[in-house]
Amino acid sequence: MGHTVSDLAISFETSPPQYRHWDLEIDGARATLTMNVDPTAGLRDDYELKTNSYDLGVDIELYDATQRLRFEHPEVKVVVVTGGLERIFCAGANIQMLAGASHEHKVNFCKFTNETRNCIEDATANSSQVWIAAVNGTAAGGGYELALACDEILLVDDRASSVSLPEIPLLAVLPGTGGLTRVVEKRRVRRDLADAFATRTEGIRGRQAVEWGLVDETAPLSSFSELVEGRVAARAAESDRPDHGPGLGLDPIERTDEGDTIGYSAVTVSIDRRTGTATFTIAAPDSPQPATPGELIEAGAGAWILRCARELDAAILHLRFNETAVGTWVFRTEGDPDAVAAAEQLLADHRDHWLVREIRLYWARTLKRLDLSARSLMTLIEPGSCFAGILAELVLAADRSFMLDGTWEDLDDPPEPATIRLTGANLGWFAMSNGLSRLETRFWGRPAALAAAQAAVGADLEAPDAAGAELVTFTPDDLDWDDEVRLALEERNSFSPDALTAMEANYRFVGPETPETKIFSRLSAWQNWIFQRPNAVGPNGALQRFGSGSRPDFDTRRV
Amino acid sequence: MSIVDISAKIPNNVNLADDRRLQRALEGWQPKFVRWWEELGPVAFKRSPVFLRTAIDVGRDGWAHFDHVEMPEYRWGIFLAEPEPDRKIAFGDHKGDDAWQEIPGEYRADLQRLIVVQGDTEPASVEQQRQLCLTAPSLYDLRNLFQVNVEEGRHLWAMVYLLHRYFGRAGRDEADEMLERHSGDADNPRILGAFNEDTPDWLSFFMFTYFTDRDGKYQLASLRESGFDPLSRTCDFMLKEEAHHMFVGATGVGRVVQRTLELMNEHDSDDVHPHGGLNLDLIQRYLNFHCSVSLDLFGAETSTNAANYFAAGLKGRFGEERRDDDHVLRDASRLVPEATEAGIGTREVTQLAALNETLREDYTEDCQKGLDRWNRTIAEAGVDFALRLPHIGFNRNVGTFRDHHVSPDGRLIDEAQWHAGAADWLPSDDDKAHVTSLQVSVTEPGKMAGWVAPPATGINRKPLEFDYVRL
Repeated sequence: MGHTVSDLAISFETSPPQYRHWDLEIDGARATLTMNVDPTAGLRDDYELKTNSYDLGVDIELYDATQRLRFEHPEVKVVVVTGGLERIFCAGANIQMLAGASHEHKVNFCKFTNETRNCIEDATANSSQVWIAAVNGTAAGGGYELALACDEILLVDDRASSVSLPEIPLLAVLPGTGGLTRVVEKRRVRRDLADAFATRTEGIRGRQAVEWGLVDETAPLSSFSELVEGRVAARAAESDRPDHGPGLGLDPIERTDEGDTIGYSAVTVSIDRRTGTATFTIAAPDSPQPATPGELIEAGAGAWILRCARELDAAILHLRFNETAVGTWVFRTEGDPDAVAAAEQLLADHRDHWLVREIRLYWARTLKRLDLSARSLMTLIEPGSCFAGILAELVLAADRSFMLDGTWEDLDDPPEPATIRLTGANLGWFAMSNGLSRLETRFWGRPAALAAAQAAVGADLEAPDAAGAELVTFTPDDLDWDDEVRLALEERNSFSPDALTAMEANYRFVGPETPETKIFSRLSAWQNWIFQRPNAVGPNGALQRFGSGSRPDFDTRRV
Repeated sequence: MSIVDISAKIPNNVNLADDRRLQRALEGWQPKFVRWWEELGPVAFKRSPVFLRTAIDVGRDGWAHFDHVEMPEYRWGIFLAEPEPDRKIAFGDHKGDDAWQEIPGEYRADLQRLIVVQGDTEPASVEQQRQLCLTAPSLYDLRNLFQVNVEEGRHLWAMVYLLHRYFGRAGRDEADEMLERHSGDADNPRILGAFNEDTPDWLSFFMFTYFTDRDGKYQLASLRESGFDPLSRTCDFMLKEEAHHMFVGATGVGRVVQRTLELMNEHDSDDVHPHGGLNLDLIQRYLNFHCSVSLDLFGAETSTNAANYFAAGLKGRFGEERRDDDHVLRDASRLVPEATEAGIGTREVTQLAALNETLREDYTEDCQKGLDRWNRTIAEAGVDFALRLPHIGFNRNVGTFRDHHVSPDGRLIDEAQWHAGAADWLPSDDDKAHVTSLQVSVTEPGKMAGWVAPPATGINRKPLEFDYVRL
C-alpha cells in the first residue's frame, strides 16, 4: 500500500483548467458538468479510479465547480450533471481507497462529500440554480447519492442502466453520503421499497425506478438528450437568476505559511501543538468596503465580506484534513466593529441581488462547516476585537466563550473594554443544520431569553451586559484572564477527543431534526460506528475482502 | 483593610506588594477570615497578649520570631520555602520533567481537590478546639494551644494563597467555602469526618495533636513532593510549623503519663482517679480512639485516586526522593491487609494502588516512637505497663476493616465480643466524665493542673513562670 492520505497535505485549491476529473461546459443558462474521472489521478497511488469511482480529489473539484457556478456564472440557471463514460454515470466512492484509508480520513471524506451534496441542494433551493442529474448510465452507491442531491433525476432507459445502493450487500457499510436519508426523506420512497432497494446489488432500472420514486423520469437513449433539454428549459424559465453576467471571479486564495502560522489576508491561524490549539484571528476590514452590488462586483473576490468567508472556509478544510491532532479551535477578532457592521450592511440592504444572496449563503455554509468540524470551538472576546454581526456568529457557534470584563489594567494606555454587537445577521441569515439560527438554537425552548437577546440587537454590549444577555460563557477580568483561558485550553486538550466530539455534537444541535441533521448525526454516526467494526474493516471484513473472491466472515451477533 | 494595609500587614515572600491579583483576592477574603476568627476561633482571651511565634521570613531566623501579640493582630503570613533551582518531578509518569510553576490544565481539578481537602482541615481544628482555652491546665499550655491555633490559621492562608494565586475564580470561590463550612455543622460540615468531632478536653487535645496532626504531617510531606512546585514549597514551610504541633502532642501525653506515675508512686496505687490523676488504662483507651480515627484519614487500603495523583505527579510518598525504587510503581507489588469472614489476611496489589497503605504504615511507624518514649518513662518508674498502638484494624470505619470488628490486639471478633470489650478499649462515659471533672483553668504563671506534670523547659528559653499569656 502507498502512503495514506493523512500523510500528505491535501490542498483544496483548484480551478476548471486544473480539473482532472470533470468537464465544465457553459452554454447560456445551462451548465453541463460531466464526470470523467482520470483513473490514474487519485490522491493515493494504491488504487485506480476506475469506472468513474471517486476519491476526495474528485470531490474537491466538484466542490470547486459548485462554488464557481454560483459566483462566476450568474447566468447559469440549471446545472446538468452527467457521466462521461460509456454506460456509466458514476460508480461511487472507490472501494480500495476506503479500504486503505485511516478512520479519520474516511470520516472526513464522508463529511466533505456530504457537505458538497448539501451545497448542490443549497444552490437549487436558495440560489435558483437548479441541479439536474442526467443519469446516462449506471449510478451505483455514491453515484446515485450524487444524483439524489440533484433536484431532478433523469435516467436513461437502455435496459441496462440502473440506480443502486449496493453498499450494504457488497461492502457491509452504509450509503453514507446522504443516500439512506434522501431516499426516504427527499424522494419519499416507501420504507419497505427503500429496504428492498438498498439490499439489491443490481439496483432498479427504468420504469420500476420511476414507479418506486427513485428517479423522476426515464427516456430511451434516442430521446434522452431531448428529455434533458426539455427539463433544462422548463427549470431555467422558473429561475430568478440574471440572464447575463458579469460574474465575480474567484481568484486563487493567497496563503503564506510560516512555521505553525498560516496567513491569509483577513484570517490568520496559529497552531500551538502543546495544547492542540489553533487560534484563528480574523481582522476587520481596514479600508472602505463596497456599499452597492456594483461596487461589490468591481471589488471582486478582494471584497472583505467574501474574502473573509473564503479564507475561513479554506482554513477550516485545511485544519480538518491536515491537522487532525489540533482539537481545539480558538476564535479571536481584531479591528473596528463598525467596519465589520459597515461591510455587512451591503448584505442587509441588497439581499435580493444575486451576488449578495450568494455571499450570505456562502457564509451560512461556511459557518455550518464550522459547526460540523468535530473540533472544540472557543471564542475569546478581548479589547480591540470586533465581534459584530457576522463575526458575532462565531461567539454563538462556540462551545464556550470567554469575554474580558473590563480592560488590560496594566497597560499604560488601557484600551476600551471589549464589546459584542448583535445585528440582523444574527437573527436568521445563517441557519444551522437544524434550520434555526444560532441565536434561536442557543435559547431553544426559552422564548423570553431569546427575546431579550434579540432586543439587544444594535447595542455594543460590554462583558456584564453580554453575560446578562447570556451571549457569553465566562467573563474573567484581566487578573484572571490568562489563567482561566490557559486552564480551559489545557484541560480540554487532556480529555478524550472522541468523547469531546460526541458531547459537542449532542449539545450543538438542539431542537428540530432536519434531513441535514439526520445525515450528520444519524447516518454519519452509524456509518462511523460501522467503519470501526470488524465486519466492515477487519481483516476478514467486507471492505478488505471485496474483489478478492472470498466472502467476508461476519460476526453474526447483532449489537 | 486597604490594599496598602494588606501588603504591609501580611508578611510574605510571594511579592504580594506587586501582585494585583493576589491583593484583590485577599482584599475580599481577609475580612472574612478575621470575622471567622472572631466567631469561631478561641472563645476567650481574644484580646490577651500571647507569647506567639510568628513567621516573618523563610530564613533560619525569620520563621521563629517570638513576641506578645493579641491573636486578632497576629500577622498571618504567606511563605513558600526557597525554590530549589531546576527542580524536577521525582515520581510518576512525569518523572524527570521540570516541576510545574503553573498548574497544568489537565490536573486543575485534581490539584484543586487536594488543596481544598488539605486546607479544609486547618480551620476545622481551630473550630474543634475553640472551647479548650477555658480549661487550660497552665498558661504554658494555653499559649501552646493558641500557637497551634494561629498556625492552623496560617496553614489555611497558605492553601488559600495557592487557590487565589493559581486557580482563578473557582479558586476564590473555594477559598470562601473554607470559611463557610464549619466543624460539626450538620448542614455544612467539614470535608473529613474526623474534623467534625469535638475536641472536648485537654487529654483529647494532646492525643489529637499527637495522632491527627501527625496525619497532617504525612499528608503535607506527600504534597511537598508534588510536581506543582508552589504546592511543594508551601508544604515544605508548613511542615516546619507542624513540627511544633507534634511536639505539643508528644510532650503533652508524656507529661500526663509522668504525672500519673508520680501519683501512683505517691499513693502506691494503680488507681489515681481519686487523687485527681488519669489512670494508665484510661490513657490507653484515649490513645486507641485517636489513633484509630486518625488511621481512617489515610483512606482505603487501595485507592485509584491516590494512584492517579501519584502517576500524575501531584502527590508523592513520604520521603519520595530517599526511596530506592523506580518511583513509577507500575510493576512493583506489595501486600495490603484484607479482612474477610475467615480472618485477617493480606492480598497482593500494585504499589501504585496501595499508596494509602504505604503512607499509613509510615505514619504508624512514626506514631510508635512517641509510645516508646512514654513506655521508657513508665519502665523507669518501675511500673509494669506499656502503652500500645491498637491493631490497624481496630475501630476502623474506612477500608477493609470497616465491616469487621477487630480487637486492639488484632483478633477478628464478633458483634457480641465487640460490645463486651468496647468499654475496655474505647473511652467510656465514666472515663469522659472523669477527664471532664479534672478540666480546670489554671492561669497563675508557673502553676499546673493536678493531672499533668510541668514541662521540662519553657518556650524559647523562657522560664516556666513566664507570663506566656497576659491576662
